[in-house]
Amino acid sequence: MKKMILALMATAAAIGFTGVAQAQGKLKVCWVYVGPVGDFGYSYQHDQGRLQVEKELGDKVETAFLENVAEGPDAERAFERLAREGCKLIFGTSFGFMDPELKVAAKFPDIKFEHATGFKTAPNMGIYNARFYEGRYILGQIAAKQSQKGLAGYIVSFPIPEVVMGINSFMLGAQSVNPDFKVKVVWVNSWFDPGKEADAAKALFDQGADIIVQHTDSTAPLQVAQERGLHGFGQASDMTKFAPKSQYTAIVDDWGPYYVGRVKAALDGTWKPEDRWEGLKDGAVVMAPYANLPEDVVKAAQETEAKIKGGWNPFTGPITKQDGTEFLAKDAVAEDKALLGMNFYVKGIDDQLPK
Amino acid sequence: MDVAVSILLTIATAATPLLIAAIGELVVERSGVLNLGVEGMMIMGAVGGFGAAYLTGSPWVGLLAAIILGALFSLVFAVMTLTLATNQVATGLSLTLLGLGLSGMIGTSLVGLPGARLPNLYIPGLSDIPVLGRLFFSQDPIFYLSIALVFGVSWFLFRTRTGLTLRSIGDSHSSAHALGIPVLRYRYLAVMFGGACAGLAGGHLSLVYTPQWVENMTAGRGWIALALVVFASWRPLRVLAGAYIFGAVWIGQLHAQALGIPVPPQFLSALPYVATIVVLVIISRNKRLTLMNTPAALGQPFVPDR
Repeated sequence: MKKMILALMATAAAIGFTGVAQAQGKLKVCWVYVGPVGDFGYSYQHDQGRLQVEKELGDKVETAFLENVAEGPDAERAFERLAREGCKLIFGTSFGFMDPELKVAAKFPDIKFEHATGFKTAPNMGIYNARFYEGRYILGQIAAKQSQKGLAGYIVSFPIPEVVMGINSFMLGAQSVNPDFKVKVVWVNSWFDPGKEADAAKALFDQGADIIVQHTDSTAPLQVAQERGLHGFGQASDMTKFAPKSQYTAIVDDWGPYYVGRVKAALDGTWKPEDRWEGLKDGAVVMAPYANLPEDVVKAAQETEAKIKGGWNPFTGPITKQDGTEFLAKDAVAEDKALLGMNFYVKGIDDQLPK
Repeated sequence: MDVAVSILLTIATAATPLLIAAIGELVVERSGVLNLGVEGMMIMGAVGGFGAAYLTGSPWVGLLAAIILGALFSLVFAVMTLTLATNQVATGLSLTLLGLGLSGMIGTSLVGLPGARLPNLYIPGLSDIPVLGRLFFSQDPIFYLSIALVFGVSWFLFRTRTGLTLRSIGDSHSSAHALGIPVLRYRYLAVMFGGACAGLAGGHLSLVYTPQWVENMTAGRGWIALALVVFASWRPLRVLAGAYIFGAVWIGQLHAQALGIPVPPQFLSALPYVATIVVLVIISRNKRLTLMNTPAALGQPFVPDR
């Protein structure tokens, strides 16, 4: 009996401290994820990036990660723990880590920090992001062409600029095809809860939407779409396997090249805090193969993709805000700063943005 | 009408795992044991159910595996708290942590695999009746099991001698012991029944609700089930009502949002816990109500030869 308990305790301890083993002489690079690495979505893709770093630079660096770290005060402990354990370069991968990471960065001036999808920086903390909204514009066009009812359902997590920007870009894309296109927005107040996401998808389908878009991380909404014989788009990774008949395409995040580049910079001493925001053009955002679509729609999507890769910004005027005021004049292009602080809907979205 | 039926079905799917996990925990707590490890047992059921279904290709085997794994996992808790008389709260909490970690480790190779869904019931004739057929005769098998469990447990606790004995142990284990009732044997079986139910609830998540395995897929449902037992003041039929109320509020707010009615989702996420606190305040203000409903020996360790 005692032995069994000891074994259990050892297992528990092993689970608690995975990935923090230390080797001498190597640069230690660490990641903090908001979800489990097995979410097959957002955190999974970040971890694929980490694995690419291991593969390419494994002889010079060692990596570690903490997963399932809640956004907010709890995250501060996570960052502090990694900093004290000897991590020299730390990537925080979710918006809600911004303030905790900034605090820890101030405490450890010798450690390099990078934060994804936020907007606050420090002398030792840079920011990086991917232009997911570029992909969402293409999704909007496809949705407007494919929807019989001119109505899409949109499942979202939290009302942060990143998410609002995505909804707006999607709608601009849809409106470029069908000016009367409508979208119903449902907030599930979580990045990752398959059950809730499935419920939200069912609610949206019940209310007449025939295409589902998500800015949450699980594959559940697509599975519901497949069950109902309707369609949707994958999020963060290619989710074809879960809904081979329902996924039109997916916005895939490819963080690998970015992480490899930054770790190399840290190794040869050229690392500086930067503000990097890469998109389709740089390969940080990739469209999964177009499927279940008629040829002309695929062609149109590819043309838009090429146009964006050529430097065109989906947020190019004229764009009117939901309240009727002007956001961008004709041919004006949105500045990155305006996008990263976006807290309003564009015209044509009936939802009210939660405060 | 179709929409209304569809909404009701969605509510049933959302309520079923809460209901099953809560009804199991109710039996455990009625025997005087507080097992806070529901979330951990649930996630073990989810990973075991999905894994077995994937390996054998049969979701039915998965269902069985979920139940067995939940019961086995609860045995860890039973040995610690009953035989070794450790603190139930601390042991239950660590069971949850252990379950979440262990399931993630076991499930690493299962991530990203498409799962098999447990088929819905189909009875020729009955299932084809409009509205009623879809509501009552063509749901997933676990839904029927959950309803049967509620009435079965209610009958067992209040209509059988064994049920009476179980409740008496929950109220005063030393009196029961003095009467020659094998307290620990009853409690072992109660804890394992709770574990089996939690495992089944987890199996519902990975075989019916969202047929896939992802880490943390229980997402706090075990805690809601625990709250539900208190919300229902340890009464099986009230657990049924509570699970469906929680489910309906959640699904209702999704529909309200889709209709453009602004509701704060944060508040609704907190609602089960707020409702539980309100119920606790109400019953603890009335001494008679407290005595009538709460198992008096809840959470106290029992060592026979002390």
